[in-house]
Amino acid sequence: MKRRPGSSATALTWCALGLVFMIILLLPVSSWAHGFAGKRFFPTTFQVDDPFISDEFSVLIDRIKGPDAKTTEIDIDYSKRILPNFGLEFHEAYVHLKNDDGSTANGWDNLGIGAKWQFLTNAEHETILSIGTDFDIGGTGAHQIADSFTTISPAFFFGKGLGDLPESVKYLRPFAVTGVVGPNFPTRSGNASIDPDTGQTVVERNPTTLTWAFSVQYSLMYLQSFVKDIGLGAPFNRMILVTEFPMETCMSADCKGKITGTVNPGVVWAGKFTEFGIAAQIPVNSRSGRAVGVLGLIHLYIDDLFPKSIGAPIFH
Amino acid sequence: MKRFLPVTDHHRGVVLCLLAALCMTPAPALGHAFPEHSDPRVGATIAASPERVRIWFDSDIEPLFSSLMVHDASGRMVDKGDSRVNPSNAALLEVSVPKLAPGAYRVIWSVVARDGHRTNGDYTFVIK
Repeated sequence: MKRRPGSSATALTWCALGLVFMIILLLPVSSWAHGFAGKRFFPTTFQVDDPFISDEFSVLIDRIKGPDAKTTEIDIDYSKRILPNFGLEFHEAYVHLKNDDGSTANGWDNLGIGAKWQFLTNAEHETILSIGTDFDIGGTGAHQIADSFTTISPAFFFGKGLGDLPESVKYLRPFAVTGVVGPNFPTRSGNASIDPDTGQTVVERNPTTLTWAFSVQYSLMYLQSFVKDIGLGAPFNRMILVTEFPMETCMSADCKGKITGTVNPGVVWAGKFTEFGIAAQIPVNSRSGRAVGVLGLIHLYIDDLFPKSIGAPIFH
Repeated sequence: MKRFLPVTDHHRGVVLCLLAALCMTPAPALGHAFPEHSDPRVGATIAASPERVRIWFDSDIEPLFSSLMVHDASGRMVDKGDSRVNPSNAALLEVSVPKLAPGAYRVIWSVVARDGHRTNGDYTFVIK
């Protein structure tokens, strides 16, 4: 059913947004830091979700030749802390598909809303642990791009720096790993459609999958500040080398055990208020893509830009 | 059945415009204070005892909540206890040390940036 925005709904949206921003602009300053565990700074990475909750805004440009279409995506993510260790995440993506038959499709993907609780932050061992759930809300995107069903994704997130290694291996201390593990449950097991050639009903299965994604990082910032000043100047002294492994395994009968994913070697530059990153996207098999793609990241630390207003948790 | 408010392109546009406007609004932002360089340098081996240990940060820090200590290899504090933010450079944290014997020393720092964000860290240097 096609939905039309009503004037009352529009007014309600404006009022709600205005009220929310007025409230948070009046909030006091927070001294909680984003992405820190002791002296370890975990940057936001490309496709592996952060192990921490913070106030941040990201734009990720993702371009890859998939199994049957060239895909260009602009992913927009906004995270907002409600409490110092608990927050909400909103994500949306505009997708352009160029299919192998020459046809194209454009539109917004489904709106995603998630909640994340950072339940452990250990400074000595540079460890962050979180749990969260994400809802990819079916029917909120363009029908030619987005799924008509909702997907629910509970997940466990972790981040661990190796700063607690002994002096004998001090050059390994700048290493860190982050990751996420969790299932993705579609709320509808399959989509029925009529085959135009045979007239028969065809059911396309919506599989349950398991996301297992991790990143390996080597922080030149950490090396310079805490291990050994090797004389790196700008911009290298604020760089973090990142390789990501975002993977998904099918858990449903018709595709059980099949993996899709990419390996994304890249680099992130972390400034005081912004982060920029670029990475290659190497498909792990033909189901994941047919050529190397590219990822570009622009990230804003809202908690550093607006520490006394929208960058602070709503409740302390 | 739970019903969601229909999310239209119009709604998305409103939200994205607001976020973009907020991100472009000038603000007295300071962010986390990170060390830029230090003297003695991180991980350095030096020939003689320094008179003081100094760390330059990439933004101004709060004198009341920022500290710098030097410990010897046994964990004993060896600095003079006069850690301070330099009066003429609010991004420079320093502490005086007596003449130190050859050995390994650990510098431990903790700072609060002007916006309230705390960062901390440590590093070692060696006197031959």
